[in-house]
Amino acid sequence: MLLGDYQNAFAQALLAEDAGSAAPALRRLVTQPGFAVYRNTVLKGCIDALQANFPAVARLVGEEWFRAAASVYARRELPVEPTLLIYGRTFPEFLANFKPADELPYLADVARVDRLWSEAHVAADDQMLDPASLTQLAPADMSRLTLRPHAATRWTWCDEHPVYTLWRRNRECGGDSEADIAWRGEGVLLTRPDGVVRPQTLPREGVAFLTACADGISIEGAAAAALEVQPATDLVALMNQFLRAGVFAAMQETRIGEN
Amino acid sequence: MHNDFDAERQGFAHADQELVPACRGPERFAFSWNGTQVNPGPRHLTQNVMSAPTAGLGLKPQHFDDAHACRAAGLWFEVHPENYMVEGGPRLAWLDVIRRWHPLSLHGVAMSLAADHAPDATHLGRLAALVDRFEPTQVSEHLAWSAWGGVYRPDLLPVPRTRQVLDRIVSNIALVQDRLHRTIALENPSHYLAFDEHEFDELDFLIEIAHRSGCELLLDVNNVYVSANNLGFQPESVIDAVPANLVAEIHLAGHSADPSLGQKLLIDSHDAPIAPAVWSLYDRLIQRIGPRPTLIERDEHIPRFAELLAERDHAHALMSDLAEAA
Repeated sequence: MLLGDYQNAFAQALLAEDAGSAAPALRRLVTQPGFAVYRNTVLKGCIDALQANFPAVARLVGEEWFRAAASVYARRELPVEPTLLIYGRTFPEFLANFKPADELPYLADVARVDRLWSEAHVAADDQMLDPASLTQLAPADMSRLTLRPHAATRWTWCDEHPVYTLWRRNRECGGDSEADIAWRGEGVLLTRPDGVVRPQTLPREGVAFLTACADGISIEGAAAAALEVQPATDLVALMNQFLRAGVFAAMQETRIGEN
Repeated sequence: MHNDFDAERQGFAHADQELVPACRGPERFAFSWNGTQVNPGPRHLTQNVMSAPTAGLGLKPQHFDDAHACRAAGLWFEVHPENYMVEGGPRLAWLDVIRRWHPLSLHGVAMSLAADHAPDATHLGRLAALVDRFEPTQVSEHLAWSAWGGVYRPDLLPVPRTRQVLDRIVSNIALVQDRLHRTIALENPSHYLAFDEHEFDELDFLIEIAHRSGCELLLDVNNVYVSANNLGFQPESVIDAVPANLVAEIHLAGHSADPSLGQKLLIDSHDAPIAPAVWSLYDRLIQRIGPRPTLIERDEHIPRFAELLAERDHAHALMSDLAEAA
């Protein structure tokens, strides 16, 4: 048997439901008790990685449920890269369509925040915008300049669930977890100002502002986007939140002409 | 089993602190001990470390602070480069801090040297970038495969030891060594399966690969013990025969018995202290070939740093005994 053919057959047998389906040339291997060591180790490696990468999800559903769901996912989607810190890119989507998770409609959204945390954790190093540079802007600069988010800044908005509160309480054990949860939409902002990923909640208008910035829209245009979703937006307070959190890397010429 | 995941990543959120006092200047040392030149990489002479590497530990993220602070003589650390193949952020910063104080070895688990294709160029490029950044004392990989068909399997999968496979591995090692501009050390994995197709026994295969590719060997004594138990040979047949001049590094780890088959099937689980029988084989090996940089691996049920350090100190002491006896 050629090496490549052997590797195709072995790889298939690792995930096969029963040993009997293995290629004939592989029967001598898959029928040995030791073959299960490889099957188990591959799956365990994937499940361990998912549990490490989605700790809030694992805490919400309990370890047993999590590992069962993770094994279903891993069989469908093995890692494409050996850096398992970033394994599970599509795990939130998997959970959104996973029937046994129907009772927990917020699970996929919590998983998305776990995923954003991983992205923020491993993102490229970047410069940090000096807040003082904003104080010298002339009104004309607002339409000429755009704020570029830091490479590690991540944000999301969830209309249906208080996703920040749910995620935060399950990501960091304890806290004020006895308090009632106000069931309304919430946004999440993750920044990495000093090498550590820092989470905070973000209002809907903040999400609109940052999304506009990421699209290369001017400061003026981003402010307009924020006011559009929330006419009562306090732009000064919002900008202060961004600057304290270290959201931005730099100011640069706007790429989009009309704004 | 082979990847140091960190379930408590938020626990080492210290990158905002000034961890490192001003660095000391480079200290020169030669790692010649008991008359044996112990695999000094070309970078040794410029490392800011206190003493030559003797016994080291696999670096676990939850131990970063202890690892950084520890000044045990001869201590060095090993990591899986795959866990540091990220664009930026605290992981690389932490490893920079560790590297300022300790020799570091990069022990790959994903180059898939025994797969029937050339090493992935992207993966190899990322490894080369880490080698440039961290100037490791050693770069090693396994005689195994894991990436195949566009997906990665977190395990070290076996191959039949045939001439065809030998040619493929030798050419893959050559590609890696050319890209990294240095030799690598090749590790014997643990074995759980008997192949009818083998044309070589494992040691002859490793030696032939080393001779043809110019690579060195990383002898995992626990893997020898586990494989010997599972496949029914004497571990001493490897320990007593491996050529001293090829062994660049030694690994030691704990194993466990299969839950249903018991002692008949030992698993290289890295979840327990090193077994007495493995310590004996280690002692027997270094009595013959002399001291080598020796790594203590633990990837599951990870205890306090001090507990791992005690195992490391034992390996260090065994090597010191050799030096004194000489």
